Amino acid sequence: MVSQTATAGRLGRLSGFLYRHPRLRLVLLLSLPVLWLGVVYGGSLVSLLSQSFFRLNTFTGTVDRSVTLETWRNLFTDSNISIAIRTTVMAAGVTIFSALVAFPLAYYVARYASRRAKAAFFIAVLVPLWSSYLVRVYSWKLILAKEGILFWFVERLHLDFVLNGALSLPGIGGPSLSASAMGQFIVFVYIWLPYMILPIHAALERVPSSYLEASADLGARPLQTFRTVIWPLAIPGIAAGSIFTFSLTLGDYIIPTIIGDSSPFVGWAIYSYQGVSGNLPLAAAFAFFPIVIMGLYLTLARRFGAFEAL
Amino acid sequence: MNKRRVLALVMVVGIIAAACGDDATTTTEGGPLQAIGEGEGALSIVAWAGYIERGDTDPAYDWVTQFEADTGCEVSVKVAGTSDEMVALMTESRDFDLVTASGDASLRLIAGGTVQEINTDLVPSWDTVDQRLQDAPWHTVDGQHYGVPYQWGSNVLMYNTDTFPEAPTSWSVVFEPQDLPDGQANAGRVEAYDGPIYIADAALYLMAHNPELGITDPYALNREQFDAALDLMRDQRDLVFRYWHDAYVQIDDFTNEGVVASSSWPFQVNILQFDGAPVASVIPEEGATGWADTTMMATNAPHPNCAYKWLEWSLNPKLQGDLAAWFGSVPAVPAACTGNELLTDAGCETNGMGNFDQIHFWKTPQADCFGLGGECVPYAEWVTWSVAVIGGR
Repeated sequence: MVSQTATAGRLGRLSGFLYRHPRLRLVLLLSLPVLWLGVVYGGSLVSLLSQSFFRLNTFTGTVDRSVTLETWRNLFTDSNISIAIRTTVMAAGVTIFSALVAFPLAYYVARYASRRAKAAFFIAVLVPLWSSYLVRVYSWKLILAKEGILFWFVERLHLDFVLNGALSLPGIGGPSLSASAMGQFIVFVYIWLPYMILPIHAALERVPSSYLEASADLGARPLQTFRTVIWPLAIPGIAAGSIFTFSLTLGDYIIPTIIGDSSPFVGWAIYSYQGVSGNLPLAAAFAFFPIVIMGLYLTLARRFGAFEAL
Repeated sequence: MNKRRVLALVMVVGIIAAACGDDATTTTEGGPLQAIGEGEGALSIVAWAGYIERGDTDPAYDWVTQFEADTGCEVSVKVAGTSDEMVALMTESRDFDLVTASGDASLRLIAGGTVQEINTDLVPSWDTVDQRLQDAPWHTVDGQHYGVPYQWGSNVLMYNTDTFPEAPTSWSVVFEPQDLPDGQANAGRVEAYDGPIYIADAALYLMAHNPELGITDPYALNREQFDAALDLMRDQRDLVFRYWHDAYVQIDDFTNEGVVASSSWPFQVNILQFDGAPVASVIPEEGATGWADTTMMATNAPHPNCAYKWLEWSLNPKLQGDLAAWFGSVPAVPAACTGNELLTDAGCETNGMGNFDQIHFWKTPQADCFGLGGECVPYAEWVTWSVAVIGGR
């Protein structure tokens, strides 16, 4: 039993006071993060999005601060909807393909790789993230160029008719890999792959080997074990990784300007409306697209258990 | 339950406070300064990269140290990447005195009351400014000057000299499907600028080739002329390899992707030629769009005396020549073209001095057709429509 007088200094009195008032303790502990979340993050978001209820006075070029729904009416044009669809389709495609590529890789490393192989794997996946994003994207532009190394390889293998055939496909093709949706897709997958690999790897590592032994003891074949034991436990990891790839692709506005057929994506459209023409109300209204899409996606991901690991 | 309600209340109050925290901007009363007083000891400028050099990159290019020694005004520079960044910085902050605004930003700044009228009597070198720039519409409104011209330059048609043994004479090589002198079609081998202001380039082309539309100013387009320009751009979309936005991406496209013609800046032409690439540039017979930068002063500039001293200093012939050599632009003061070591006497010609009459300088399109009567399509629509056309609609 500690003597009361020993801790009766100022600090002791303060700690005693806080001990006796748990609610105050809680408020003090949470106030800074809540203020940050509420005021800095939430507040700035609300002040941006509320701009969508104003309109741009096209004559003076300034924002008319009277509440109106005119901007919302101007939002749902053919071109804006096609921008949203294009971005969502690319994001979904990148997510699915990244999952397909990342899963076998993460599975091998989690289940079969030696410690040294695991270390090498982590270095290989993480080190690219240390280099500048722009440097990597520009490098890919060079790789995908008509006179770039990829084309050179394909020509050496006499498979250039395959590549040219792919490039002549309407919609996703183009004059060169770096000026087509296909090239854009490749670069997106490359850039976001580490964010898909790591959560899947984490989820697979957490599958206890005793489960697998028990499943084998109960007579399950390897494929059955995979289907009934490993896969359900891996789904939260895939869902978590997919949040990264989906949201990052949805919001990206740099890759489409460097690689691709110049068709605008959501991020670029918002940047144009706000930055180029000062049309903050339309940019703010447009910003609702990714917010709503991401909200739906997160609800779906939550159902699949993506947040269980938190 | 109680805790959560309190927490929620705090958050809501916080959010509302943050969202409502805004102060109205004030405008100055009275007119511009009537006399320059003592320098305030400091000066802050929003400028394009490379416009305000103090010898950090290359000691030969320094026009700030001398100014600071003469006037005692310490210069600090905020570099902006686009006109829109400049407009945003100037409207949202009261810390900046001057801005080197291009023509597509200057009128916005004037209309928004962000910059103030300049008393040209306080700028003794005003008369040395190129006569053609002194009353230019992008900084002169109702006879009042809102800035001091700084530099100007033009967009050019950059082309591959292997594909075009002789310089192309018309912008049709990027606008109309055709076979180029090397025998192959131009589809997939040309580029266009990824910016709403490019609609003016399309209008410039129509000005020469479709005179029945009656376009006189490529930045003042009525609905019919605007739609015609958009249709031209829609047809062009099938030819374009990429809409370039980044100068270095375009340089790479010319080197590695087989692009042979595009609208461009002298900056890219210089770099490609320096690297030994077979490119050259020309201003075709229809003319070209260009940009002219003006140094403007903020309405509530914290250091007005130092600002006026800089405005005078910015017209110094040596500064103008050094800057033109550094940037690849043309000085606003013609006297700077002779006797400058860095620029050399041929420098102004190389940078396009003689092209002034063929250039249509960037201006922000306004609904009132720049006061000339009629109804023109305003810039906000230029943006939405260019996004639509580039997106394939």
